[in-house]
Amino acid sequence: MSTLSSEVRLAPRLAPADALPSEAVTRRRKSLGLAATAAAVLVGATVLAAVLAPVIAPYAPNVGITADRLAGFGSHGHLLGTDGQGRDVLSRLIWGARLSLLTGFVPVAVAGTVGTALGVIAGLAGRTLHGTVMRTLDVFYAFPAVLLAITIAAALGSGISNAIIALTVILIPPIARVAETETARLRRADFLEAAAASGARRSSVAVRQVLPNVAPAITVYCTTLVGLSIVYAAGLSFLGLGVSPPTAEWGLMISDARQYIYSAPMVALAPAFAILLASVAFNVLGDGMRRVLDVRSENFA
Amino acid sequence: MSALLEARGLRMTYGNGVRAVDDVDIDIEPGETFGLVGESGCGKSTTAKVILRLEAGQAETMRFEDADLMAAKGAELRRLRARLQVVPQHPATSLNPRLRVSESIVFNLRAHGWSRADRAPRVAELLDRVGLAAQQGRAYPHELSGGQLQRAAIARALATDPRLVICDEAVSALDKSVQAQVLNLLVQLQRDLGIAYLFISHDLSVVEHVSDRVAVMYLGRVVEEGPAEELWARPLHPYTQALLSAEPGQGRERIVLQGDPPSPSDPPSGCTFRTRCAYATEVCAGDRPPLIEITPGHRVACTLHPHPEALLA
Repeated sequence: MSTLSSEVRLAPRLAPADALPSEAVTRRRKSLGLAATAAAVLVGATVLAAVLAPVIAPYAPNVGITADRLAGFGSHGHLLGTDGQGRDVLSRLIWGARLSLLTGFVPVAVAGTVGTALGVIAGLAGRTLHGTVMRTLDVFYAFPAVLLAITIAAALGSGISNAIIALTVILIPPIARVAETETARLRRADFLEAAAASGARRSSVAVRQVLPNVAPAITVYCTTLVGLSIVYAAGLSFLGLGVSPPTAEWGLMISDARQYIYSAPMVALAPAFAILLASVAFNVLGDGMRRVLDVRSENFA
Repeated sequence: MSALLEARGLRMTYGNGVRAVDDVDIDIEPGETFGLVGESGCGKSTTAKVILRLEAGQAETMRFEDADLMAAKGAELRRLRARLQVVPQHPATSLNPRLRVSESIVFNLRAHGWSRADRAPRVAELLDRVGLAAQQGRAYPHELSGGQLQRAAIARALATDPRLVICDEAVSALDKSVQAQVLNLLVQLQRDLGIAYLFISHDLSVVEHVSDRVAVMYLGRVVEEGPAEELWARPLHPYTQALLSAEPGQGRERIVLQGDPPSPSDPPSGCTFRTRCAYATEVCAGDRPPLIEITPGHRVACTLHPHPEALLA
């Protein structure tokens, strides 16, 4: 299963510590690049399709005509064929994008907020609080992410909100770690010393001085995590821990298509390809944003 | 007139037992420039951080504008900090790289309750005062030169009308020509606004140029202190003499110190300079020599200069 092998990507990418100081001087507006622009267009198109699903989907997603079941690609009236219950695969993909994107964005947004707050607080705090926060997160971090998500989702019971909670929990530790690393890099910088000496409240220093420096790295990281979250959510649905049938959702569509995997592999292939494409698109987009937001070009030695 | 800053017995001992600052007294009068010189690692910057309450040091007393700076905390400390500001060392990092110069200045204003309407004219006034154009206020730090960055850092420090500005090697990283411009700006600002400076530098020529009084630090202690001209004309401590002789164009005979400064984690007994001092005798290994006033305001901690009363006895 692809979800398990993608787990390695949860480890925060750490750039070399000795970034050239000259980069800070020669910083220029950089463009997104061709690949990332294409990825952005793809993400945009998917979001648009999901929003406009009731308008653009040719059929109702959950109503099938049994007589038309397992129609192949390009069948008359069914561009991507029909599934085992005669439902139009394209329509289900479009409707499924709503839930898949939801399970991609919501956990990352919540975990991004909570994780950044925890990371910045830990990064600025004294040794005791820093240790308490980071070691607690390490406990979660120590579990394989997918296993933890499955455990939490199984404990909470199936359902999309529980899947989102489970994904949020597993995404907080890596995001917090990135935020903490970024904050720790700044700690000895002169401008934070001046900010501390300015007489501003510590919360104000964290929000107005530290956050603007941490945000770009977090934005880049979270963008790539959206793709990962979609993959994980699909995995949970595949295992029956996410969305319940007959709702259209990419992971669940693969699960439904399992029984025809030999007779009609195309039924499983369409949602699998959608998941792959979304995951790759968010990753490429994240890499492009790294260039644009110029993450890690400053050096505070 | 009472002193603006009156610090007695400043100490900063790190967890590993290193005494970075060991019993330092610093008095600064309103509107004067107090220079603090010494080699790198002698505790100059740590002294500044203890005064700024950025390092958890100790002091017998530390009063600023008649308030107890050492005991102040919370709102009281924040209020005092408006009057006690810092210009940091490195131009490249003294301003937040993700904020416009004006936003960095606004941050200090906001911290002390300046209303949104009052901030913009104040920022414009400050930029003008330090010789920056309004356009440079809208720039990000990476778009400015080192000298412009330090001017911006000075503008930020001045935002809340401080009475004491600590310049921690504020011009050390700049080219000589830019250095002179920034120093002249600091002198001009002092004349206009009546600010006092604690001017920290390893560069004697810079300190001499701006200071009214100077203290020389060695291994966490002040070894000599006095009016700038007097100290330059008549250095009493062998360490001060060696430092001054290293300055070009002084016409002094060059005194070359042997060896490196001893480890601050294991300082020599008595006078900490005795391991490198040409005049050291066994007396120097005994008690630590106290600062003794030789002429009014000129004090030295050296066994070569015993207390005048001891000579009479």
